[in-house]
Amino acid sequence: MAKPDSITISIRKQAWLQLKEKLIEQFFFVHGLLAVIVLIGIFSLLFIEGFPALREIGLKEFFLSKHWDPTSFERESYGLLSMLVSTLMVTLGAMLIAVPVGIGTAAYIAEVANPKVREVVKPVIEILAGIPSVVVGFLGIIVMGPLLAKLFGTSNGLNAVNGSILLAVMSLPTIVSISEDAIISVPQDFKNASLALGATRWQTLIHVTLPAAMSGVVASVMLGMGRAIGETMTVLMATGNAPAIPGSFLDSIRTMTATIAIELGETVQGSIHYRSLFVIAFVLFIMTFLVNLVSDLVLEKYQKVNR
Amino acid sequence: MFKKSIVLTLTAVFLVGNVFAQDFIQVKGSDTLINLVQRLAEVYMEYHPNTAIAVTGGGSGVGIASLIANRVQIADASRPMKAKEKTAAKENGVVPYEIVVGIDGISVIVNGDLAVNDLTVEEIGQIFRGNVTNWKEVGGPDLMISLYGRQANSGTYVFFQEHVLAKKDYSQRMKRMNGNAQIVEGIIADKSGIGYVGVGYVYDDKGNVRDGLKVLNVAPDANSEPVTPLVAENVKSGKYPISRALFQYINGMPKGAVKDFITFELGPEGQKIVEEMSFYPVAGEYSENNKKAGF
Repeated sequence: MAKPDSITISIRKQAWLQLKEKLIEQFFFVHGLLAVIVLIGIFSLLFIEGFPALREIGLKEFFLSKHWDPTSFERESYGLLSMLVSTLMVTLGAMLIAVPVGIGTAAYIAEVANPKVREVVKPVIEILAGIPSVVVGFLGIIVMGPLLAKLFGTSNGLNAVNGSILLAVMSLPTIVSISEDAIISVPQDFKNASLALGATRWQTLIHVTLPAAMSGVVASVMLGMGRAIGETMTVLMATGNAPAIPGSFLDSIRTMTATIAIELGETVQGSIHYRSLFVIAFVLFIMTFLVNLVSDLVLEKYQKVNR
Repeated sequence: MFKKSIVLTLTAVFLVGNVFAQDFIQVKGSDTLINLVQRLAEVYMEYHPNTAIAVTGGGSGVGIASLIANRVQIADASRPMKAKEKTAAKENGVVPYEIVVGIDGISVIVNGDLAVNDLTVEEIGQIFRGNVTNWKEVGGPDLMISLYGRQANSGTYVFFQEHVLAKKDYSQRMKRMNGNAQIVEGIIADKSGIGYVGVGYVYDDKGNVRDGLKVLNVAPDANSEPVTPLVAENVKSGKYPISRALFQYINGMPKGAVKDFITFELGPEGQKIVEEMSFYPVAGEYSENNKKAGF
């Protein structure tokens, strides 16, 4: 009589195990879904809050007017153009500095530096990422500003160059760290084959190793760029925040993030000014979304090529 | 044990204070005034544990709107009530009485090396509107002017715009700085800069004007003598043109605890706190103004 008993027990046990397995699966499914729900939530919140302003003011004013001055006594204006240009400019500037330096540093750490140097340099660069942005902004005002003013002969250094340099410093850790991981994981066989064919180490690095690591390198640049577009405090402090459309990198600029940070506190909830800040946030969201999308597409393409 | 007894005492004081507080005054409004009124309230409550005063900010407009809606007893404002607001108050059956608790002088500052000492209000307005872009147009060296101002959430930004720029827009090239201190730092580093800050911000810790900074003398118009805001008398008497009264509004003739608190604010100790917070005490026509509300 003991036999059927033990069989039922084992069946029960198995059913329980299956249920447990299912539950765990559901548990992780919900977690995976959570990120999507949050994303859709933020997207719709920005849209719902911003839409009335879009309707009232019109796309034309938002995207073609050069003036942003919602508290003016003369004429309230809501032009995004200037801050859009400012954000793109400072991000471009940051990438012009951070991409060559970052990839160069990553290649050095991965391919050239001896292990002892690598063990010191990489953590040090990663620590850079931990510096609070308000501290970086502060350095921008008191160190970088006067330095740039002297260098370029301008009256002050609160401009796009200042912002670009600071943002470059802030996105370097991301670019270096992820690029280095990508470069170091290129199989040794690739390099050996190249060297065996008579290529120098430099040729190997440029024509074999870096192309093979390209997907990781591109991802690192995109992540760094996302950081630069979204950064607020540093640019708010170091770029002067003049709302005029910048004519050059030596002009003071005011980014989208800085505008939201400065003005959200003073607006009356539900007013057109308040809602138009949500429009800025919405446009910013779309921009970072596009950056991520492009990086995903690039990654996918390179991964296919590599396979 | 000692710590515990402190905590207990504090709790007891807190509880008793709350239980026996018969009067509760709510003050709301200007962010320029918030630190001052908070300090005044703290000192007042030390003498009058039976009165509780809550001070919040939000801006002059918010404070006045709350007074009109009869949600607060006192509204702080760094500007006088607008005609529109007075009408709204009347419609709501609120009769606002106006008190001036202190005076604030806004100093116009330039770099210490700049060879400009005096400007008229009109010239300053033209400079900040972006119509005058070179120092030589106002008698200075051939140097492009670089502008430093506050951000739109600042009451000083609005006051300056109303009274110096005649409500015209600021130049789009004006750098919008985070606070008074940042403007001062910017001007000290910038040979061609001009900015505006509260008088309290131009001094170092020894009470002298900071190195590398120059406070301009300002004339109301081209025919008048330029005056400096660094002499208290000039600001108090209204001779210095860019000064403003700091107001409080009360619904109806003040009485009871509210009257008592305002009497304290305007008394010698209250006015000493006003000076400690880098504003100027009430004098001249403003004192006359306060008499109308019974002080």
